[in-house]
Amino acid sequence: MAQPQSDSVARDILVDIRDVHFSRGDRPILKGITLPIRRGSVTAIMGGSGCGKTTLLNLIGGQIKPNSGTIRVDGVSVPDLSTRELFELRKRMALLFQTGALFTDLTVFENVAFPIREHTRLPEPILRKVVLMKLETVGLRGARDLMPSELSGGMARRVALARAIAFEPLIIMYDEPFTGLDPISKGVIGKLIRELNQSLGITSIVVSHDVAETCSISDYAYLMGDGRVMGEGTPAEVQKTKSEHVRQFMDGLPDGPVPYQYPAAPYLEDLMRWNGR
Amino acid sequence: MNRKTLELWVGLFVAIGLLALAMLAFKVGNLTTADVLNSYRIKARFENIGGLKVKSAVTMAGVRIGRVSEVSFDSVRYQAVVTMDIDGRYKTIPTDTSATILTAGLLGEQYVGLEPGADEVYMKDGETIRLTQSALVLEKLIGQFLFNQAAGGDKGK
Amino acid sequence: MERALETIARLGRTFLAAIERLGRATFFLYEVVIATRPLARRFFLVMQQVYAVGVLTLLIILVSGLFVGMVLGLQGYNTLVKFGSEQTLGLLVALSLVRELGPVVTALLFAGRAGSALTAEIGLMKATEQLAGMEMMAVNPITRVIAPRFLGGILAMPLLAALFSAIGVLGGHLVGVGLLGVDAGAFWSQMQGSVDFYDDIVNGVIKSVVFGVVCTWIAVFEGYDAVPTSEGVARATNRTVVYSSLSVLALDFILTALMLGEI
Repeated sequence: MAQPQSDSVARDILVDIRDVHFSRGDRPILKGITLPIRRGSVTAIMGGSGCGKTTLLNLIGGQIKPNSGTIRVDGVSVPDLSTRELFELRKRMALLFQTGALFTDLTVFENVAFPIREHTRLPEPILRKVVLMKLETVGLRGARDLMPSELSGGMARRVALARAIAFEPLIIMYDEPFTGLDPISKGVIGKLIRELNQSLGITSIVVSHDVAETCSISDYAYLMGDGRVMGEGTPAEVQKTKSEHVRQFMDGLPDGPVPYQYPAAPYLEDLMRWNGR
Repeated sequence: MNRKTLELWVGLFVAIGLLALAMLAFKVGNLTTADVLNSYRIKARFENIGGLKVKSAVTMAGVRIGRVSEVSFDSVRYQAVVTMDIDGRYKTIPTDTSATILTAGLLGEQYVGLEPGADEVYMKDGETIRLTQSALVLEKLIGQFLFNQAAGGDKGK
Repeated sequence: MERALETIARLGRTFLAAIERLGRATFFLYEVVIATRPLARRFFLVMQQVYAVGVLTLLIILVSGLFVGMVLGLQGYNTLVKFGSEQTLGLLVALSLVRELGPVVTALLFAGRAGSALTAEIGLMKATEQLAGMEMMAVNPITRVIAPRFLGGILAMPLLAALFSAIGVLGGHLVGVGLLGVDAGAFWSQMQGSVDFYDDIVNGVIKSVVFGVVCTWIAVFEGYDAVPTSEGVARATNRTVVYSSLSVLALDFILTALMLGEI
């Protein structure tokens, strides 16, 4: 495939998603998405629930394979990797799940230590230092002995973040990091995403439908809808876009290109039917 | 739970599990008695072995000294050939020993009882006991008894 | 007519789905067996699971074993005394336990206590994205989560079955000798005279190892394959108990027939 961009631009793109199609069974989820993500940026991917944002993250992480199109991370094509190579790539990639996905049978300390224990043979004193440093980054050094069930939603996500940065990854993908959090916790997570991006240079992909919070921390934003990219630009540009679809999402209008009604037979006709459901 | 406590519990569990297995093997099962060590084989021919089976006991003076390892049929002499494994500790079985098939209790299992002779020469591996007495078959015994009764009655008249 | 065809079609669908699931379970077993190899260096993971499925199941096994043995003692005595052969009570209790009840009842209890817990645990780990999270951390959940549980179950089952049988014999002794007045010497000697180490005890252990493999396999597969919702996990847990129990009983018949040399 010919590369239209010059080399410097190509090297600038860390995650390159090009014309990706994906369907679950017969239901198409992604219908030709092209979505380059620049190295060292905080990129927001916004869109309504069920528009394929999380699917996109799973594709980047190699958990699922696309039907067609290319997905390259740092120059390597993710769907073509063997399991071993994929695992090597994932050591430099982190995905922060919506719920945090902490191991419920391990303490906070052990949760953060988990990836380090699995992949290295650090002696215990050094391991302890590393884990405490990670926990300090997210401000939870004092919570090291708590169990995940004793944490609030925001704290659980911060622990998960500490665990995700155990190996100082190239990319962190955040799946709905703000959902279900109070304003203070939202602010804390937003600040952490920004800080990690600036101090460690970690490329961040934030998938969210929280417009205000996401726009405030991102350098570039994509707006997805119906399996396609509906709009893109810096947050300020996106805010000003005239497109109906973008406007509906940004302003939270109940009806518009995304209809209020779930597709159904005409109302009157439905009411007048005598049999069936 | 810390590592030490867990290891302790698992260790305890494995220990009592193995102990239970050992109890089954030695106290419930017959690992101690069934194992005939450095055995040697002797044979015996019987007219009728009744219900004798492989692994039935071989005793002398009531003590188990071996077990039946094979039962076969000699189609020339129409006899049963019983091969017995005798414990290597008991090497002094005289050659004129007699073998009888006995029953433990009235309805119990059948076993081979050896009655020592007076010979100074002892049996060696593969030798055959010559003096044998068949199993008592209950039906035959009853039949014989009835026949004798009838015959005796006739004489009395 | 249409309804009949639909019924037949549904039967076909169900059958095909069952075969497909069995195939997946078999591939899964293969993966798990492969994944047990690296565990030699990390035996602590297995030990944790021996604790979870073995030590925590111990109490129910011991109590059940004791009662089963005691009931055997009572029932056996009442039947044997009619033939005047209550001396063989020990033999009856020991043979029933070692050959059949020990491995089978242990496996059934194991499926209910440990198997269902395994399924629920793994299913919840899946539902809360812990397994996916592990995969994203480049850790294979089959090696880290499934294989230790599988090995732990296989190691624990024969020990539990042996404990069940042993305490059952003691229970039978308690009732037969202590309560009903069977001679203690006769109780043990009759038992030792006829319980064969290879034919009875080793075969019993073989049975419990097979049951251990099957029960744990079903439990971890159902958990791993569960629909990741609370309803899905509940159904999977239910299936674990039903399938394990049925498999144990069916396999017990097959194994017994093979061991007695009837087939």
